[in-house]
Amino acid sequence: MPNFIDRRLNPKDRSLGNRQRFLRRVHEELKRTIRDQIKSDRITDVDAAHGVPIPKRGADEPSFQHSRTSGERHYVLPGNETFSPGDRLRKPETGAGGGRAGPGRGENTDDFLFALSREEVLDLFFEDLELPDMVKLSLRETVSYKSHRVGFSTVGTPSNINVGRTMRNSFGRRMALRRPSEKEFQALADEIAALEREEQPSPQQRHSLSHLREELEVIERRRRRIAYVDPVDVRFNRFERQPLPNASAVMFCLMDVSASMGEREKDLAKRFFVLLHLFLKRRYERIDIVFIRHTDEAREVDEETFFFSKQSGGTIVSTALEEMLRVIEDRYPSNLWNIYAAQASDGDNANGDSERCAELLRESLMRLCQYYAYVEIIDERESEIFGSTDNGTSLWRAYRKVDSAVPNFQMTRVARPADIYPVFRKLFARHQPVQLRR
Amino acid sequence: MARRPASTLLFDGSEWNFATLSRAYDAIEAIAIGEMGLDVYPNQIEIISSEQMLDAYSSIGMPLMYQHWSFGKRFVFESQLYQKGYRGLAYELVINSNPCITYLMEENTMPMQTLVTAHAAFGHNHFFKNNYLFRQWTDAGAILGYMDFAKKYIAKCEERHGLNAVEEILDSAHALQDHGIFHYRRPPRLSSEKERERARERLEYEEQTYSDLWRTLPTAGGSSGIEEAKREALERKKVLSLPEENLLYFLEKHSLILEPWQREILRIIRVIAQYFYPQGQTKVMNEGCATFVHYSIINRLFDQGKISEGAMLELLASHANVVFQPGFDDSRFSGLNPYALGFAMMQDIERICTMPTEEDRDWFPTIAGNGNWMGTLIDAWENHRDESFILQYLSPALIRKFRLFRLSDRAANKFCEVTSIHDERGYSAVRAALARNYDPMAHRPDIQVVDVDLLGDRQLRLKHVIKNGILLEESNRDATLAHISRLWGYDVSLAGIDASTGKVLYECSSTGA
Repeated sequence: MPNFIDRRLNPKDRSLGNRQRFLRRVHEELKRTIRDQIKSDRITDVDAAHGVPIPKRGADEPSFQHSRTSGERHYVLPGNETFSPGDRLRKPETGAGGGRAGPGRGENTDDFLFALSREEVLDLFFEDLELPDMVKLSLRETVSYKSHRVGFSTVGTPSNINVGRTMRNSFGRRMALRRPSEKEFQALADEIAALEREEQPSPQQRHSLSHLREELEVIERRRRRIAYVDPVDVRFNRFERQPLPNASAVMFCLMDVSASMGEREKDLAKRFFVLLHLFLKRRYERIDIVFIRHTDEAREVDEETFFFSKQSGGTIVSTALEEMLRVIEDRYPSNLWNIYAAQASDGDNANGDSERCAELLRESLMRLCQYYAYVEIIDERESEIFGSTDNGTSLWRAYRKVDSAVPNFQMTRVARPADIYPVFRKLFARHQPVQLRR
Repeated sequence: MARRPASTLLFDGSEWNFATLSRAYDAIEAIAIGEMGLDVYPNQIEIISSEQMLDAYSSIGMPLMYQHWSFGKRFVFESQLYQKGYRGLAYELVINSNPCITYLMEENTMPMQTLVTAHAAFGHNHFFKNNYLFRQWTDAGAILGYMDFAKKYIAKCEERHGLNAVEEILDSAHALQDHGIFHYRRPPRLSSEKERERARERLEYEEQTYSDLWRTLPTAGGSSGIEEAKREALERKKVLSLPEENLLYFLEKHSLILEPWQREILRIIRVIAQYFYPQGQTKVMNEGCATFVHYSIINRLFDQGKISEGAMLELLASHANVVFQPGFDDSRFSGLNPYALGFAMMQDIERICTMPTEEDRDWFPTIAGNGNWMGTLIDAWENHRDESFILQYLSPALIRKFRLFRLSDRAANKFCEVTSIHDERGYSAVRAALARNYDPMAHRPDIQVVDVDLLGDRQLRLKHVIKNGILLEESNRDATLAHISRLWGYDVSLAGIDASTGKVLYECSSTGA
């Protein structure tokens, strides 16, 4: 008799440690891949599991191997049909001769994608954004749920048994099936006991005793067959997980797409938008994203066009703000929607237009918006010159005034990915919940 | 045919449970031990899920393994292949240990569990316990204890010295694990408790008696100093017992820069490589033995009326898949199938023992017609490895059946030449060439430590003995050399010397840290 052991219930993920070590090993490679993928992904897709090719660099395991292109070998192969000794076979042009190598599937690790979980993707995404750990942790959280009592169920854990409901069912069933009650049983038993005490029972008494005994037996059998509490009676309290009440939000992405916005600027802007989306996603169940791009005129576009198609022309920022106002009036009444806006620009603007932008914001937009964030994307060299001074482009100077007047307006200059987060700090630090406009 | 009473069946249908597993095991045991005379370690049978099987795959089949990124990589790779359907998982996995652990997949049907129990718990188990290589080179009783020690020791090192430091050593050691084997000396037996004790003692001792000798070698000053240093160098070389083919062993014992814990890790990798050494040399025999055993047992069970015709058909289909050998020009061809070759050879031996032809009497005068095929097989399983087994037992009949031919491939030529086929003139050559291909020495580059220049730059000199003009793959070679110099700490050079002419074909080196 062998020793049988059921290992199926052993803890899973025995290889988790190995996986983590592997990810650590190919970390740089993965970061690059994820960065590229995020560049081409939709903003809403960043927050999901990704498939990435198994990186080759950094993960090779060298050892002394015979080279296939030198020396002399003798293979023994099965299935000879037509060959005789002395026959010569041309080698294929590439690769080793002899056909022994086969299709060589084992070598081609590039063809395979392996899945990075959402957490792993976000980790890589967050890496050079320099988010505080607490923030990372809460961004990674998914929607929170709360359990609500909703009715009863026939299945559940013992701790959730609803005694009242169960006993009611049991009582009804016992009545319907006429289960002899304890009282009846006891009365009969007493009667029998009384008869048994009789010293000299008359034949009539004896007869009734045996009759009573039979009756008792029937009752007993019946009581055994019809349980006091049957599994069909049992009811459990039923709970349903409901997402915490969340309203919908709309996020406006505004971006200058004139010629001065290059690849680097757009990449930074995109990370900024992704991060805002992640923040919002934690709070709202449903988020719409509206993309508005502008040169000297603004248009609402889809995400693809927003990030990838080029347009030439001057720069008039106010057109984008006007377009945003129009969209809000059309589709997102501010009493139903929480409105967030993020604007990315390199700060260029047509003469005199900046003042108009500031006015638009102060007078109308900021009354509708929950939050408005402006990032100005600048050169790394410029960042050293400007620092945090009030100097800068005309747009920056104009917005500066809005910033001091309106509390939920944020602005910053961004030259490196690490500069992005501070924009959100105030939004995030504000602990009181965002007022829901229902 | 008389209707058999249903009660003789061990199981009915394809669902299994522990009662049917146990019933089937007892019936198999009665045949394997009682009728076939197999001799096995006590069995421990464990049921695992597919994910656990993938786990086991990625940690080279050991139930306990230290952690390393390469296992994570393999896991990702294997699970990809599995999920995309390129490859199914094995039905079982068996560990050469005492008690012998067999893993059965939970997805197997009951007939498959029967087949696999016969295959692994008796076929492989018998082979592990009796084959001379396993008996001499591995210690089935101690391996699980040792793996436990290794896992804990490496985890402790990671805690104490950091993941990076441990990973570096493991990377370098893995690069050399094929060169961490004594091929001619038998390794000492392991004992886990003693092992752990010794590790601690060794560490303490080496810390106490750290020798500064290497740093105080006299600088080249007076001639008498040189003389003395030369003498010392010769002496040292003798002490180092060069040349040495076990590179990991040499580095573990003589590297100048390794800490005691790093030496211990090299030792662990070496011990594991040594443990797996016999497996690589006995693929055909091991699988052939297990396949032959399961085939005999299921047929016997069927004859006894213990498995139904439906189950038998399923088993035969599965058996036929296992021993399928496509021809060289078939798109499914990926080399000779060790199951097919091994099983065919075992069956052939049975045929030669019981119904020999004239040809068999010529080729196998000692066993032809001796009638005792089981005894002959048990003797072969005990005393051979693939190379010698094929050299001794591959019959012309089987060469004809497989239509084997020898193809010679010289890198310089634009063509390959068919040098022998399955005819009177070719049998011996085909057989010898096939046997040679199963010699692990033919696939593993022969690299030895030949000298350490103690006087000068402490350069470690390695020699690659080139056979048949087969060189090393260069990028791999250079990367591996870099790993050696990381472990050695100083320059390492490798010279490729042709075995037949003695000419130096290449030289390369790697500078130390």
